[in-house]
Amino acid sequence: MSLFLDIVDPWINWDWLSTHVPLILSALQDHVTLTAIAVVGGLVISLPLGVFAHQYVAARNPVLTMSGILYTIPSLALFSFLVPYTGLSGLTAEIGLISYTVLILVRNVLVGLEAVPPDVLDAADGMGYRPLARLLTVELPLALPAIFAGVRIATVTTIGLVSITALIGIGGLGQLIYRGQIENFHTPLVVGVVLSIALAFVADLSLAGVQRLAVPWSRSA
Amino acid sequence: MSFLSRVVAWFADPANWTGSGGIPTRLLEHLQISGESVAIAGVIALPIGIGLGHYGRFGALALNVSNVGRALPSFGILVIAFQVFGLGNLPVILALTALAIPPMVTNSYVGMREVDPDIKEAARGMGYRELAQLFRVELPLAVPLVMAGIRTSAVQVVATATLAAIIAGGGLGRYIIDGYGQQVYTEVFAGALLVALLALATEFSLAGLERVLVPRGIRLLRAPIGQRATTFKSA
Repeated sequence: MSLFLDIVDPWINWDWLSTHVPLILSALQDHVTLTAIAVVGGLVISLPLGVFAHQYVAARNPVLTMSGILYTIPSLALFSFLVPYTGLSGLTAEIGLISYTVLILVRNVLVGLEAVPPDVLDAADGMGYRPLARLLTVELPLALPAIFAGVRIATVTTIGLVSITALIGIGGLGQLIYRGQIENFHTPLVVGVVLSIALAFVADLSLAGVQRLAVPWSRSA
Repeated sequence: MSFLSRVVAWFADPANWTGSGGIPTRLLEHLQISGESVAIAGVIALPIGIGLGHYGRFGALALNVSNVGRALPSFGILVIAFQVFGLGNLPVILALTALAIPPMVTNSYVGMREVDPDIKEAARGMGYRELAQLFRVELPLAVPLVMAGIRTSAVQVVATATLAAIIAGGGLGRYIIDGYGQQVYTEVFAGALLVALLALATEFSLAGLERVLVPRGIRLLRAPIGQRATTFKSA
């Protein structure tokens, strides 16, 4: 960055920005992909786990406690525990990120299932629903608003956390932030932070839109 | 020597327990940065959350501030603070304080809102003035969630303080960041272990404090200790 030594580094250098659009877009794309895998992966684990913890009351507290302890562990520490085994890789990042989405999602799956009114369950039983059909066609649809709320929180949280994986060589937009720090160059830093915040808001709003269309029985939240 | 036995050897090395880079010094730095940030955030956030909850105003703001907080990339906020304020503890504490405010506002707001309106009316009927009602009736009932906010913030500040090492700060994160820099993964692992233990210790000791602070009558009334109004994770 010797070019900039004799002038004050502006917060946005438009020349750099205009010549690095592909780099910025690929960082943004990585960020979206890392987040999507973490949220979808978390959902794939949490739905069965939440249903299991709901059906077998003895499993409820152990499941919540285990995922709660995992959630308390700082992400950089969790990634670092994995590095000796899975290396500085996307796998390491995703194992960590999925662990965190699981807590948020399992909790919301449970909250949603536990909030189904007993009368509704009685009515379904009386109508002859088998347990599996009752779960899939009555309980889960009624739990969907809570599950959706969990997906939104998990998505926004993950978008914030992905940047930290820049320290293990992944990072998405975090790569831009890290580069800004290492090179003492403001533009990639500002671009990374602003795009990360913008992505979180866009993702949250679009998920809210999807929820409105797909789950019209959600209470307006 | 296997990886884990090298980690054990790292902990057994007396050199890692003394001097300016020793575990006690790093731990103290970590606790000091975190403690100051949580204290400043508490002074700002708790009156706001408790006040808004008591008067029932700006509820959407009090609830959404956590969502905004979640959207902030803690790593980027720390780096920006460093670029603006330079070396030292000031940028770290400013960034950590900013990240610690939202969970405290939201949880204390929800805690105050959830106080049974009948109880407030009874307090008013018994002749409690506004402030006496707030401090002697509503606040004790809101303690579980107010404490949940403090606990969430404290755990996240301890976690995020690890990242301070990236902007040349002290604390236990130094072992992790320096370890990565020199590709000494035993040091990375040892640092990660220390940070994880500190975060868990923070969580459990504040849960213990909550148990002491919650008035006995409420402890019997409302079983769940360790509840939060929102999940929040910044690092």
